[in-house]
Amino acid sequence: MSVLVNLALGLLFGLGLVLSGMSDPAKVLNFLDLAGSFDPSLAFVMGGAVLVAFIGFRLTLRRERPVLAPRFQLPTRRDIDARLILGPALFGIGWGLGGFCPGPAFTALGLGASGTLVFVPAMLAGMWAARALAERRA
Amino acid sequence: MTGFTSTIFPLTDFTPVASFLGGALIGLSAVLLLLVEGRIAGISGIASRLLPPYREGGFAGRLAFIAGLIAAPFVAGAVTGAPVVQTVSSNLLLMLAAGLLVGFGAVWGGGCTSGHGVCGMARLSPRSFVATGVFMTAGFLTVFLVRHVIGG
Repeated sequence: MSVLVNLALGLLFGLGLVLSGMSDPAKVLNFLDLAGSFDPSLAFVMGGAVLVAFIGFRLTLRRERPVLAPRFQLPTRRDIDARLILGPALFGIGWGLGGFCPGPAFTALGLGASGTLVFVPAMLAGMWAARALAERRA
Repeated sequence: MTGFTSTIFPLTDFTPVASFLGGALIGLSAVLLLLVEGRIAGISGIASRLLPPYREGGFAGRLAFIAGLIAAPFVAGAVTGAPVVQTVSSNLLLMLAAGLLVGFGAVWGGGCTSGHGVCGMARLSPRSFVATGVFMTAGFLTVFLVRHVIGG
């Protein structure tokens, strides 16, 4: 049951990325190009997603527990540390170079562009390296 | 989505309605994941936990979510009858560096565009506001340098 739900929600998320245009790196890079071929569309993606999530999360968290799990698992940290600056800074540089963040990169995978086929394994390697480094420091 | 090509970078059409509706679907997916599974829809968190070490359960569910993402352009293409357009750089060294930075940075910072940018901001998390501000700024600066300083 959980597997089917996850498949459907991944598909819904991916359809949102495709419909919004966020799955196209050209559109992402033009959004980030304030001084050139600026395309503000992605601000509307963010707006639509945050608006629905803002309302939906509040309604959902009135429940005692999720439908298929014993409890809600929400991040609780509120501290601002160096990792919270360095990580997103590196992420933003990579995002600006390739035009992909993780979700759109997966929606691009099956279309098989050579750049995607290099990007996705490199992204997974970077994720693995960050987890391994965090484990060693912990 | 791509209308025509400029001399250097492909121009893209401004699509406020489709982008807002697509964003709403992303938000709806995040809400339903919280409602059903009690989890936050962070793509980097879901993807990175498909890699070792395995400390928690839920592997099959996470794999299914990623499979849904991968299937999306094919389902969209089948429904609309139009192929999904994506313009991906063929500079493989650039894409290698970009992938490493995105993957490392997302996990090191505890989230990406979805976990911090959508879910965290919707939860009014101070950490997510900081993270989103930093990666947006880094993205703007990177594209400015690549297109207007180095490439210009």
